[in-house]
Amino acid sequence: MKKLFSNFKQYPSAIFGLFLILFLIGLSIYVVITIPYQEAIQIWRGGDDTRLEVPRTARPIYTNWFRSQNLPTTIVIDSEDPDSGIEKTVTQITDEMWDIQMVLPFDFPYDDFPQEMQLLLTTTYEDKAPFVTLTWYFPDGERIKIADVTAGRRETVRFDLQDRLTRQLDGVRPTVGLLSIPESDPPEAWQGRYELHVDTIVFEEGSDVEAKFISYGQVHGIAGTDHRRRDLSLALLWGAPIALAFGLTAALGTTFTTMFIAAIGVWFGGVVDEIIQRITEVYMVLPFLPILIMVGIFYSRSIWVLLVVVIALSIFGAAIKNYRAIFLQIKESAYIEAARSYGAGNWRIIVRYLVPRIIPILIPGLIGAIPGYVFLEASLALLGLGDPILPTWGKIINDAQMNGALYRGQYYWVLQPAAMLMITGLGFAMIGFALDRIFNPKLREV
Amino acid sequence: MAGDTLLRVKDLQLFFRTTKGIVRAVDGVDFELGRNRAVVIVGESGCGKTSMAKAILRLLPKNVDTYSGKIYLNDLDTMTLKNEEYRLKMRWVKMSMVPQAAMNSLNPVMKVGDQVAEPAIIHNDMSKDVAMEQAKTMFQHVGVPADFLERYAFELSGGMRQRVAIAMSLVSLPELIVLDEPTSALDVLTQANIFNVLKRIKQELGMSFILITHDVATSSELADDVAVMYAGQIVETGDAHRFFAGPLHPYSIKLMNSVPRLRARQEPDFIVGQPPSLLNPPTGCRFAARCPSRYDACDEEPPTVNIEGRTVKCWLHVK
Repeated sequence: MKKLFSNFKQYPSAIFGLFLILFLIGLSIYVVITIPYQEAIQIWRGGDDTRLEVPRTARPIYTNWFRSQNLPTTIVIDSEDPDSGIEKTVTQITDEMWDIQMVLPFDFPYDDFPQEMQLLLTTTYEDKAPFVTLTWYFPDGERIKIADVTAGRRETVRFDLQDRLTRQLDGVRPTVGLLSIPESDPPEAWQGRYELHVDTIVFEEGSDVEAKFISYGQVHGIAGTDHRRRDLSLALLWGAPIALAFGLTAALGTTFTTMFIAAIGVWFGGVVDEIIQRITEVYMVLPFLPILIMVGIFYSRSIWVLLVVVIALSIFGAAIKNYRAIFLQIKESAYIEAARSYGAGNWRIIVRYLVPRIIPILIPGLIGAIPGYVFLEASLALLGLGDPILPTWGKIINDAQMNGALYRGQYYWVLQPAAMLMITGLGFAMIGFALDRIFNPKLREV
Repeated sequence: MAGDTLLRVKDLQLFFRTTKGIVRAVDGVDFELGRNRAVVIVGESGCGKTSMAKAILRLLPKNVDTYSGKIYLNDLDTMTLKNEEYRLKMRWVKMSMVPQAAMNSLNPVMKVGDQVAEPAIIHNDMSKDVAMEQAKTMFQHVGVPADFLERYAFELSGGMRQRVAIAMSLVSLPELIVLDEPTSALDVLTQANIFNVLKRIKQELGMSFILITHDVATSSELADDVAVMYAGQIVETGDAHRFFAGPLHPYSIKLMNSVPRLRARQEPDFIVGQPPSLLNPPTGCRFAARCPSRYDACDEEPPTVNIEGRTVKCWLHVK
């Protein structure tokens, strides 16, 4: 083991590959501990209304580092939040009328406009709904009325849908118009401190109002969000343990069972070998991907069902022929005959004499097979046969494709999971090449 | 033959099926071996020596056509045992073998200590530690330093590997060891060493040996008895001293004359022609075609004649 590692150190690419793999493994462990499976699924599968403050298809925050223009992040100002420092001024107008005034101030230091702005009103009353007037104050103190609303218990005021406001802004979309320098064409963002005045008239004693202003940014989180307001970082992180588990199980499951079957066939020979060879030949003509697709369409799209099918289809794969060729050679070695002569049983010979000889040939292949299976899962997900529950890298790409991410310039949506897949492939491939050279003396650099 | 009999082989036959026909590799072999004695089986290449050894240990290839005769070990008819029973009760328990090219018969991915311990673990139900102790003792017997236990086969020299192979055959303390050309491919000094080791083992552990070789000179060191094999049959057996002093069968005489002598001014002799094909052996005496003393009677199968405890299968000695 020590020798292996010192051999390993001679290949810088292998060290880099090992670093990548360790990074992925560390990431997986971290993710599984910090965001347990159930919680992750809940976040990923939960309805859109649990993520109301998250913008749709927002780019990752880091895009701002590479742009001259600062894209807006999401701004949320909530009157219920004690930290916001919003104070309500209540004045009684008549016996049955009270005026509640709130000012929601915010800074807008960005160069571009938000996706959308809206105000959520939560009111408490018995019979008569409060009447709310919304006024927008520009940085220079100019003001414009946004809307008059009779607010139900939960009322959403979407600024872009206010027709009167749009007309007042000369047809410019309010989200743009309210934040741009007047008369600028094309609209230019006006940086400064804005205020939204919420003026509520309530008609009942004890009736109250809370307001939450949300300006949906164009960037959100370290990985951006998708069309259902989900933070992609969750799927990118959780994709790692799933991909590794899938790739590793599939690779281990197929390689070792295949090798054992080949060993058994070669050792017992005769009918056993004959049967194994014929089964292998039948398996070799079975189309792998179409069968997986059919299973996905007609039976189940669960990644674990897929895993079982992959292993089942690969057990009697073409690899048996390769292993058989090597085993046939090993079987004739003098030491095998010696083992037979001193009475080693069949299983002892297979496990202790035949199999150890093939391990050096098997390990590089095994390492190389892992990313193969990770990519297989991603390909199936891309074809729409991904696991419907789990957040996987392939699933993100599939979502991106279904929502035309590339047409809309949402490259982050495709590139991030693709990068994760490439890191996985690269890491394992680099280790695999090095192991191949270590275990296979013919390839060793002179 | 002095002492009680350990092994008695009666009319042993081992025929192989090949695409060209039936090969009669071992064709009616009879011989006996006393306890704590060593029999040397000499003969040319391809005369069936190794096949006979394998027949005795029932290490048969797949293409066996006929496997018959009787093998008695301590008066137990081993031919009646089933294969699995034979594996568990005979191989390495009663009889073990140092195979031909024993140097290559070590598992390249196992430490030689583990390898030597293997038979003891398999047969004597020893725990690994006890078996390793046993292996260590055997290493002492064959003169391999104990720290070699931790080495792999490729780290040992040919002679050391041969010793390890012998240690492996000793480890379960069988009564009979079949050594198939234990010293071929070794230099003369190492050969002498190995034979000294075998001699010592024979004295210390009281085992019997069947030593298969074509090196008549070196094997005379160890031999108590000699059996000469020709074309799948044993043509002469006898006590080693008397055999080396004066072989009876014409083939044995020729064979002994082919050994170069140190002091005698005698050119080594050779035998004209080749041994007959075992695919279709000639009727009558099988050596007849090459025999200088051949006469009319040799067209008939010669009987085995007993002369003062020696046997010879030749018409010349029929009185």
